This record gives sequence, structure tokens and C-alpha cells, in this order.
Amino acid sequence: MTEPADLQEPAAVGLDLADTAGGGFVPPEPLWRIRLRLFLKALRRNWGLFVQNKIGVTGLVVIVLFALMGILHPVLMGRVWEPAIYDPVRGYDAPTKDWLVVEEVQDPDSEMDLATARLMSNPFVKVGSIVSIPQQPAPPSGKHLLGTDPLGRDILSQLMYSTRAAFAMGAIAALTATLIATTVGSFAAYYPGWVDTGLMRFADLILLVPLIPILIVVGALFTLTLPLLGILIGVLSGFGGTAIVLKSQALQVKVKPFIDAARVSGGSNRHIIFRHIIPNVMPLSFLYMMFTVTEAIALEATLSFLGLMNIQMSWGIMIHVANNQGYLLSGMTYWWLLFPSGLAVTLLAGAFFLVGRAMDEVINPRLRAR
Amino acid sequence: MPKLFIFISKRLVQMALLFIIFLTILFFLLDAQPGDLSQQYIGNPDIPPEEKARLAERLGLDQPLWGRYLAYMRNFFTGDFGNSLSQYPTSVTHLIGQALPRTLALFLLATLLAYYLGFITGKVLAWRRGKFTEYALTVGGVGLYTVFYPWFALIMIWFFGFGLRQWTGFRIFPIGKFIDVSDWTGAAYTTNQVFIAMIVVATLSMLAALVITWAARRWLDPRYAVRVRNYAFLAGAIFPFLYFWFSPMRPFAWDILHHTFLPVMTLSAVSFAGIMLLTRGAMLETLREDYILTARAKGLPEKVIRDRHAARNALLPVVTSLVLALAFVIGGGIITETIFAWPGLGLLLYHAVILEDIPLAMGALSIIAVLALVGHLVADILYAYLDPRIRY
Repeated sequence: MTEPADLQEPAAVGLDLADTAGGGFVPPEPLWRIRLRLFLKALRRNWGLFVQNKIGVTGLVVIVLFALMGILHPVLMGRVWEPAIYDPVRGYDAPTKDWLVVEEVQDPDSEMDLATARLMSNPFVKVGSIVSIPQQPAPPSGKHLLGTDPLGRDILSQLMYSTRAAFAMGAIAALTATLIATTVGSFAAYYPGWVDTGLMRFADLILLVPLIPILIVVGALFTLTLPLLGILIGVLSGFGGTAIVLKSQALQVKVKPFIDAARVSGGSNRHIIFRHIIPNVMPLSFLYMMFTVTEAIALEATLSFLGLMNIQMSWGIMIHVANNQGYLLSGMTYWWLLFPSGLAVTLLAGAFFLVGRAMDEVINPRLRAR
Repeated sequence: MPKLFIFISKRLVQMALLFIIFLTILFFLLDAQPGDLSQQYIGNPDIPPEEKARLAERLGLDQPLWGRYLAYMRNFFTGDFGNSLSQYPTSVTHLIGQALPRTLALFLLATLLAYYLGFITGKVLAWRRGKFTEYALTVGGVGLYTVFYPWFALIMIWFFGFGLRQWTGFRIFPIGKFIDVSDWTGAAYTTNQVFIAMIVVATLSMLAALVITWAARRWLDPRYAVRVRNYAFLAGAIFPFLYFWFSPMRPFAWDILHHTFLPVMTLSAVSFAGIMLLTRGAMLETLREDYILTARAKGLPEKVIRDRHAARNALLPVVTSLVLALAFVIGGGIITETIFAWPGLGLLLYHAVILEDIPLAMGALSIIAVLALVGHLVADILYAYLDPRIRY
């Protein structure tokens, strides 16, 4: 979180004035140290406000837990888990289950009739013997904590592996979006006229066009990889809605007295935009970063679920596999196929959303509870 | 209202320009794909080169970029989207025309339902700030709002289409599709005939209710006007059912309705959560205004303060969000159609993309964009109507 306007700017402007005046005033310590101290002070204060919001903290805890899962996966793969069995994409394991061969099935969970047993095991099985048959998908057991998927791959390993993809995806999309939206918003606010009009009409255009159908068609025309999709989502949301919100914020900053002061003291347009407007728009753009992450994670999972992404494993693909192999209507019987991945997407996207909401309350005092 | 008229015509021109820009971008996207459209036809190595050249000429692929662009635009605006590759001789226009009413119905029903219920619930939630219901519903709303939508839809299908049937023994909702084909053998109507009749009757009866309400508000005592409004909408809701009960289309209309419930319910549930949260936020902001305090000081009943003073002003940001909700409903609608196998534009787009039927995909995408544009226009007009300050 960056410093709010009232803390940073007066100090910075005062010092700028002193610098341009040519040395009547000597700062007691280097500028960067003052800025750092102010930054840390603001950070501490905002953190204090953030911690008061229980929902936001819950979201943060969920994010940290998922991050730990993502970090833990390579460690587990290297040290604990056998790659041939636990690899999220190429692993294979078929835990066996013992069935009693009988004439007439009484208990369908543990008994099997002769014809089926001969078909599935070996043709010389007799009634009364026990056959062990590989199971896919296998239910959770000590070896596979969340069971295996219909192709015999470990669900927990897939889940942890996909966490990295989700985070990378969110980070790429959010960084791209924030970078573009902050720049576009600030420039559009600072230069009224054709720059503003052009950029805002472009934002309108992007806002008008529904994102999912566009991405579906792009997925059909081009090969969509994870970074490409991240950049695409970032660009689309950065030039679209986020830019409009940040522009309105930048407009509010632009009319503050310290901007006039900076201009009077000889600050160039570039200096004013990058030194004064953008730092004051930053808190809000950081907030919208969180919402972009939510959107990006959900979109990636949706496109993977539809089978339009060119990646090997993600939460969306886990649901895609379960659905495509016909385990949807089995519902609770094979809960480990549908629930871990679906819940993971929901939880992580929801956690980022909640953190965003909590940050909203830190930035916007009107929203705080009375 | 000439000012409103000027505003609308301005927006119309802007929208038309935006749409042309969108089509241009679409064209260049199509042009930038690896290979080109002719590969779909002439990728086959057995076709001799002179035939390939002739085909490319027939498709206009030998022309320069500018010429191709002009041809593309001309074809689009004369309604010629080409032929579908996956259902070959059928024209794209025909396929889209078949799918359009279903998509429109799904989007409209879900949006209206979500807005109506979401606004009412959000209003009450903000009013009960700090109570347990507020907390539970807010958490539930955030959960619904952030839930991974395809997964949620799958769970809904499993629960209502299958799970409940396992436990209760009868089928609550079908698990997907638009009709039960076995019920339609020998039917005297096509699905779209029945469906369009349903839409028309329902729309007309709702319009009649609206007109009656408007007339009552204008000429009647306010005390009776409210009662007339309630009865009018009740009658407007019941009339379509009665109409189809006594029409020969009854079993078919019921079949379609039966298949419509679950997708509409799923789509509006998620959209509802967003509207509810938004209304709650807007109401909380409005409740801090001085005029609410004044209204309280005047000793007005709580319900009047809530509905007349707070909710009326909180409506504005909620209507603005219609623009965002539209994007949500359109994106969500496409996923809904895909998952529920609901044969609308979204499913058409998805199948076209999976089968690499590029003309169909492009046609469906541009029509979806037109839908989005029209939706935006409606939202703009509604906003300008509600807030006179907008009509500069």
C-alpha cells in the first residue's frame, strides 16, 4: 500500500520548492529517507486499519495458504513424492480394490458377480475367490489424500501444481492491467481534449464488448498460452473499466493545490504526472489490481474448463476432465473429482475479492462501519 | 422531451461508430490468424493448385487487404455472413436467427429477475445492518458472487436435475437441453413457433400491466393506484399461464418452460448476488445523507424512509451497474448455454469455435456484440431518464 495524499505530497512539494529555490533550505537528511519513513508510517497506519477488517484478514489468510501450497509442491515433488506416480500431468497410479467373487451380488460395494470378475480380472476366476482390480478414479486414501482422477493422477498434486498457474496468471494480468490503467487514466485526466476523448472512447469500446466471447474466439484463432491470456486480460481490463475509474480519481487529484504548486515551481508535465498524479492514484489502482486478479483467475479457469486453453494442467482442466469423463452426475459419489478444484477457484478468487473490499474500506473512509 | 431525444440520438451515432470499429478489429483479428480462411477449404493437398487459385479468387482472398475489408463490411451490412462450415449449406444468418430468441429470452429473464430480487434484498440488507441476517446474506452473496461459475452451474445441474431425483423419486428439472425430443414427435409446431408465441404472450401481458399501472398512477387516487398496480402485475403474470393452458400448444409450452427454469435460475442467482451487494453498498452510502436524518426527525414511518427516501436514491448507482451486469450476464449466459446445452447464441459460438467453423463464430460474436450494444443503449436511456442531470 502506498502513502495517501495528505501524508506524502505536502512534504514532497515543500522539498521540491526548496530544491528549485537554489539552496536556501538544506534538508536535514536525504530525501529518499524521508520518503521511506513516510511510506512506512502510512503503511503501518493502513495495516492497522486493514487488520480491523476481519473479512479482509480472512481473505489474506486464504491467499497465504494457497501460496504455501504452491511453494510446497516442488518441494514435495523433489523430496517426498515419486514423480512417476505423483506428477500432476504424467503421473499414474491405480490403487487396487479387493472384490469377493460371488454368484449373486448382495453388497455391490464389495462383491462382484462371476461374469464381471472374469471380464475385469482373469478368465479363470472361481466363485469365492478374491480379485483385486485397479480403481480409477480411486477414493481418497493415505497414499492419495484427495484420491485420483479418472486417468489415475493424484488430485492433491494437481491441485497444488495448479496453484502456481493461478498465481502467475493473476500476477501477470494484474500487473499489466494496473500499469496500463494507471498510465491511461492519469494521461487522460491530465490532457483534456483529444487524448482524453480518444482514450475514453477506446475504453468505452472495450467495456462494450463482452470479454468471454472475445476470448473464446481468440482461443479458436490463436494458441492461447498462460502468459498470453494473462496479458490479454490485463490489456482488456486495463484499457477498459479500470482506466475509467482511475481517470476519475486522477481528475480529483489534478485539481488539488499541490499540483498547482508543482506547476508554479516549474515542474514539467511529465514530472507532475509521474511524481504527483500517479503516486496519488496508486492506492486505488492497487485496489483494482485485486479485482483484476479475481477476474483473471475465474476467466482462466472458465476457458480451461471449456477446453480452449493450451496448457497442461489447471483447476479448470481438472473440472474439464471430470466433466468430460462423465463423472458429473455421480455428484457426491466421486466428490473428489469436482469439489477440490471448484472450491479452489472459488476460494482463491473470493479471497482476492475480499482483500480488495477490505482495502476499499481502508482507502475510502466513507465505507467504514460507523 | 427533446433533450432526451437528442441525447439518445447522440448515443445511437456513437454506438454505430463503436460497432464499426469493433467490426474492423474483428476483421483484423480474423486476418491475423495463422494461415487464412481459405485453409479451411483448400488445405487438402489433393486439390490441384489452379483449383486452389480459383477458390481463393472466388472467396476474394486474392484481393489486397483494403478490398477484403470493404467486402467484409459490405457483406456484414447486407446480412450475408456466409455459410457455416460445420453445417455446410446452411447459412450463418439462418442459424443465428434460430438461436437468437432463445438467447434473448435467457438474458432478459435472468437480468430482470436478478435486478428485481437483488434490489429488494439489498435494500432490506442495508436496513438491517449489523443483524445476523445481514451478515449471513452478505457472506452468502459474496460466496455466490465469487463462486466459480461453471462449477456452480454443474453443481446446480447435479443437485436439481439428478440428486433430488435420487432422493425424492421424481424429476424436478431436466439436466439440460431446450426440449425433450421424444415429446415432440408428431408435433404440429416447431420449437421456435411455440417459443416465440410464449415470449410474445408474456411480453404483451406484462406490457398491458405496465400500461394499466401507468394509467392508474396518472388518473387514480394514490391509495388505489398501488392496489391496482399489484393486481395488474399479478394478472399479467398469471395470464400467459392461462393462455397456454387452454391453447393446443400446452404440452410443448410446458416442456420448454420446464427446460428454461434451471438455466435461468442459475444465471440469475449469480447475477443476483452482485446486484444485492451493490444495492447494499449504495444504500449504506445513502443512509448517511442528511436528508435521511431529516426524514427520521420528521417522524416518517421506517418503511417510507427506506423505500421512498433511501432506496430511490440508491437506485442510481445500481442502474449504472446495469452496464457491468450486462457484461456479466452475457459472459455468464454463454457459459450457461454451454453447460446446459441450451441452444442459443452462446452454444452456437462455442460449437463453432470447437469445430473451427470460423464464419459461424464470427457471425455469432458480432451478433452478441450487437446485443451488448443494445443493452448498453437501454441502460444509458434508463439512466438519463432517472437522473435528469445526465442530459447535458
